[in-house]
Amino acid sequence: MSGEAKLKVATVSLAGCFGCHMSLLDMDERIIELLEHVEFERSPLTDIKRVGRCDIGLIEGGVCNAENVQVLREFRRCCHTLVALGACAVNGGLPAQRNHLDVGQCLQAVYLSRQGLAGGRVPDDPELPLPLDKVHPVHEVVRIDYFLPGCPPSGELIFTFLSDLIRGRSPRLGHPALRYD
Amino acid sequence: MMETAHFLLDGVAVPFAEGQTILEAARAAGRYIPHLCWHPDFPPHGSCKLCIVAVGGRHLSACATPAVDGAVVASDVPEINAERRALLQMLFVEGNHFCPSCEKSGLCQLQALASELGMTTPRFNHFYPDRPVDASHPDVLLDFNRCIYCELCVRASRDQDGKSVFALTNRGIHKHLVVNAESGRLGDTDFAADDVAAGICPVGVILRKRVGFAVPIGSRTYDTRPISAVSMDREEP
Amino acid sequence: MPRSAALEAELAMQACGRRPEHLLQMLIRLQEVFGHLPPEALTRLAAVLGLPRARIEGVAGFYSFLHTRPVGRYRLLFPDNIIDRMLGVPRLMDRICRNLWIEPGLLSEDGLVSADTTSCIGMGDQGPSMLVNGRSLTALDDARADALCERIRAGEPLSAWPAEWFAVADNIRRRDMLLSAPPVPGEALAAAQARGRAAWLDEMHASGLRGRGGAGFATARKWQACRDAAGERRVVVCNADEGEPGTFKDRVLLTRMADAVFEGMTLAAWAVGADQGFLYLRGEYRYLRAPLQAVLEARRSAGLLGHHIRGVDGFDFDIEIHLGAGAYVCGEESALLESLEGRRGTPRIRPPFPVTHGYLGRPTVVNNVETLAACCLVAIHGGAWFAGHGSAASSGSKLLSVSGDVARPGVYEYPFGVRVREVLDDAGAVDTLAVQLGGAAGIMLAEHEFDRRIGFEDLPTAGALMVFDGRRDPFEVAANFVRFFAHESCGFCTPCRVGTQLLAGYMDKLAAGNGSFRDLADIEWLDRLLKNASHCGLGSSAPNPVIDGLRNFRPAFERRLKNADFQPAFDLDKALERARQMTGRDDAEAHLDNSPERP
Ligand SMILES: Cc1cc2nc3c(=O)[nH]c(=O)nc-3n(C[C@H](O)[C@H](O)[C@H](O)COP(=O)(O)O)c2cc1C
Ligand code: SF4
Ligand code: SF4
Ligand code: SF4
Ligand code: FES
Repeated sequence: MSGEAKLKVATVSLAGCFGCHMSLLDMDERIIELLEHVEFERSPLTDIKRVGRCDIGLIEGGVCNAENVQVLREFRRCCHTLVALGACAVNGGLPAQRNHLDVGQCLQAVYLSRQGLAGGRVPDDPELPLPLDKVHPVHEVVRIDYFLPGCPPSGELIFTFLSDLIRGRSPRLGHPALRYD
Repeated sequence: MMETAHFLLDGVAVPFAEGQTILEAARAAGRYIPHLCWHPDFPPHGSCKLCIVAVGGRHLSACATPAVDGAVVASDVPEINAERRALLQMLFVEGNHFCPSCEKSGLCQLQALASELGMTTPRFNHFYPDRPVDASHPDVLLDFNRCIYCELCVRASRDQDGKSVFALTNRGIHKHLVVNAESGRLGDTDFAADDVAAGICPVGVILRKRVGFAVPIGSRTYDTRPISAVSMDREEP
Repeated sequence: MPRSAALEAELAMQACGRRPEHLLQMLIRLQEVFGHLPPEALTRLAAVLGLPRARIEGVAGFYSFLHTRPVGRYRLLFPDNIIDRMLGVPRLMDRICRNLWIEPGLLSEDGLVSADTTSCIGMGDQGPSMLVNGRSLTALDDARADALCERIRAGEPLSAWPAEWFAVADNIRRRDMLLSAPPVPGEALAAAQARGRAAWLDEMHASGLRGRGGAGFATARKWQACRDAAGERRVVVCNADEGEPGTFKDRVLLTRMADAVFEGMTLAAWAVGADQGFLYLRGEYRYLRAPLQAVLEARRSAGLLGHHIRGVDGFDFDIEIHLGAGAYVCGEESALLESLEGRRGTPRIRPPFPVTHGYLGRPTVVNNVETLAACCLVAIHGGAWFAGHGSAASSGSKLLSVSGDVARPGVYEYPFGVRVREVLDDAGAVDTLAVQLGGAAGIMLAEHEFDRRIGFEDLPTAGALMVFDGRRDPFEVAANFVRFFAHESCGFCTPCRVGTQLLAGYMDKLAAGNGSFRDLADIEWLDRLLKNASHCGLGSSAPNPVIDGLRNFRPAFERRLKNADFQPAFDLDKALERARQMTGRDDAEAHLDNSPERP
C-alpha cells in the first residue's frame, strides 16, 4: 500500500445490530494500519451524518424501513464501490425472520394488543420511518458490488477484504474464511 | 497387459469398474466431486445437480452417469463451479437459511459447500416462503425452512428404517415434505430419534431436540476442514 | 353423505383390483365420486393398499386435477395458454366469475362453484374453451357463458346441458398420406403378421419412421432395443398426454383414427413381443375415454386384441387406458411410466432407458399417438413406400396443430419438408410477426425464417404451430410460456424447480416495466444454467421462449427496461402500504419514490 491519497470509506448500519461495526473495530492495531490508507466519511464511527463522494461504502444490516431505503440509495449514489457487510446485509438475517408475518399484525401486536397497552395506538409520528412489508437484503434494493458474509465477519477478514479492495485485487473468499455465522 | 478402463478427470486418469458412476469412481480414486443428494449408502438420486460435470460438451450429473472409457471429464473448473454456485444460490433463496440461528451451522453440507465454492451472496431475490416448523415429536424437531429435497430422509426411512415416515407432495416450487400421519404431525408417526432417517439430513431440517449448539464454534465438522476433505473420510461399502 | 368416505374408498379399490400401480387411477375414481379427496379417504386407501399414507398424499398432491381440499360441485377451469388468452378466455372467465360471484382460486361459500386457470387443454382450434368438471366446453361466447351460469345456479347436472356445448370439431384442413386413407381395422396387422415378426421390424427399419412426439428417435431402433432387452413381459405404451401448449393433433387422431392408433400399438407388440399395452390419456381428454374403450371392445370382439390375435398362437396383447390428471411433465416418457405405476410423475434417471427398464422394470416401448398410427401405413404399403414420402432424413408426413392468428385453425397434414410459409398461407395467416413451432418448448421464428422447412433436418417439431400477427407482443408470448414451465415443473431438480420460478419472476418484473439491463444478463445466465443442468427436457427447454425472444424480438424485451443498470424487483412504495394503513399516515416520508437511481 503506497502513500497515495487516502480512500474515503463510509459505513452505515441499517437493520443490523452493530455487530459488524464492532467487528470493524476489532481489528486492534491493524485499524491504524488501515487508517494510513483510508479515512472514514459518514459512519457511526465518525458521527458525520451526510455521505460525501466516497470510494467505498460498507453496509451493515438489511433493509427494513423507508429510512433504510433512503440511506441505502444515498450510499449507492455516493459510493463508488458498495459492500454488503455481514449476514443481515447479505440475506436479511435475523430481522428477515419476520417476513412470513403480516407487518400490520406485527404493529398491532406490539402497540395495540400487548398487555398494559389498553387504548394504545400505532404511532403516526412522521419522524418515525415506516416499516416495509418485508425485510430485504441490500442487493434486492440497490446494486451491490461485493459481499462479505458472516455474523459478523471477523475483524481480520474485514481487514483482508478492505486491503484487497484498496490494492485493486479481487477479494477471494473460500473455506474457512467464508462463513455464514 | 490389458489396460484397465479409465477416464480423465480434470486431466488426471481415474480407473473405474464396469457399472461405476463417474462420482463413485472418482471417490474410489480419492477425488472429490461435490454432491448433496448423493449418499454412499443409497442409489443415486440426481436431484440437487451439485455433482454436475462437463463430459465432452454436455453437462451431466456425475452421481448418475456411468463412467465411460476414455471420457474427458471436467469438474473443478471455473465454468462448472460457477454453475454449482448458482445452484447453491437457488437452494438458499428458495428456503429460509439464516445460518446464525441454525443449529446445523458448522455441521451443514449446504453451508460447507457454499463456503468452499466461494458463494458470497445469494444473488437472486429471496422467496421467503412461509413454512411452519413441526415440534410435535418429543425428541425431534422438523424445520422445513431449510429443506433441499434431497429425499435422503424419505429413502432412509423407507429403505433402512422400514417406516416410510416421509414423502414429498405437491410439485414445482410448491413441493414439500409430508409425514406419514393424517394429522400431518411427526408426533403422530412412529418416527424415533434413533432411526437412520433422524440422522441423515444434510441440512438443518431434522434436528434432535436438546442437543443443539452442543459443539462450540471452531470445532464443528466444517469449521476447520473443508467439505471436500470431510466427505472423503468415509470408506465406501 | 349417504356412505362414508372410507367406504367409497373401498369401493373404488374393488373396481381397480387393489394394485399399488393403480393408485393414481383409484384416486381419480375416488375423486369422481367425492369431488375431492378427503383426508380420511387417503388414510383408508393407505390401510387397504398397505401403502404408507404419506406416499398417497404425495401422489394426490402432485397432479393439478386432484384436490385434497374441497372444491365446488362445479369446477370451472379456464386454459391460459397464450392462444386461449388471445381468444379472450380471460375476459370470459372474468364474466363468469362476476356472474357467479366467485373469485378465481377460491371456493364459493355455498360450495357450489370453484374457478381457476389451467394449462392448455388441447382446444386451441375450438374457439374459447374451458373445462367444467373435466369436460371440455367449446365455442364459448358471452351468451353461452351467461347461459352456463344460469344452469350452474340452478344446480343442473352436466348431463342435462346442451350437447352442442361439448362438441369438439376435428377441423381437419389438409389431408396427406395418413389422414386421407384411414386403414380398415386389422388390415395393417394382417400385413405385418404375414411378414413375420422379424421381417416386420425390418420393414420398420426400411421406413425410416422417426418419433412424432418431439425427440425424433428412430422408431424401429427403439423397438429393436426393446425386443433385444433382457426381461419378461414387454410393454407398449402409447403416449397420449399431448400436453405441449398449442398441440391437439393427437386428440384428432384419437377421435378419428383410434383404430389405427391401437393397431399401431399392436404392431409394436408384434415386433417386440409385448403382451401388455397402455394408452396414457391426458386428463383433459377424459371425454375420449368412453369412445376409446368402445373401440378397444370392438377390437377384442374382432380378434384384434386379446389372446391369439388374428388366430396367431402365442400373440397375446391387450390395452388398458390410464388417465393422467393434469401434469405436463407426464408426457416425458420416464415420468409417464412413473405415473402409470401410480406414482408422482418425476422423470427417472437415464440410463437405464425405458426400452430396457420401463414399466415395472420391464422392457417398454413408449411412442407417440401419431408415430403409432403411421406404423399402419408402413405395414400396409411397406417401408420403402413410406420412405419415399417426405424428405431424406424425415420420411412420411407430419400433422400440424395450427392455431392463433389464422383464418382456419385446425389440423394440417403435410409431407415433411414443407416450408413454414406454405402452412401460414394455407391457414390464412396475414401480417404474421412470429410463429411458435413445437409448442412452448419449441422455437419462436421470425419472418426471415419462414422459408425454413419442417423436418428433422431443419425444424424438428411435435407439430404445434402457433401464429402471432402484428397486433401481438412477442414478449407476452414468451412470458406466458415461461409461466407455463414454472407451473408445470415437477420440482425434482434444483435448476428447474427454482430456475423456472426465477425466470418467471424476471418476466413479471419486465412486464411491470421494472426491468434493468442487468436483468437481461441474469436471464441469459439462467437460460444457460437451465439448459445445462436440468434433469429432463422440461427444464432444458424452459428457457427456449426467452432465448428465441431475445434473439428475434429483443426490442420487445428492451422496451420494458427502465434506463438503469439496476432496478428492484418489488414496488418499494407498495411495500409501505400496510404500514401506512396501520398508522393512517400519508405524509411525504410515508412514501418511497420507485424511480430508478441513475448509475
Ligand atoms: C416435458 C416433456 C413432455 C413431453 N410430452 C410429450 C407428449 O405429450 N406426447 C408425446 O408423445 N411425447 C412427449 N414427450 C416426448 C416423450 O418423452 C417421448 O420422447 C415420446 O413419447 C416418444 O415417442 P416417439 O418416439 O413416438 O416420438 C415429452 C417430452 C418431455 C421432455
Ligand atoms: S441448513 Fe445449513 S445453510 Fe441452511 S441455515 Fe442451517 S446451516 Fe445455514
Ligand atoms: S428433510 Fe433433509 S433429508 Fe429430508 S429431503 Fe429435506 S433436506 Fe433432504
Ligand atoms: S427439469 Fe423440471 S420437470 Fe424435469 S425433472 Fe427437473 S424439475 Fe422435474
Ligand atoms: S449429487 Fe448428483 S444430483 Fe445430487
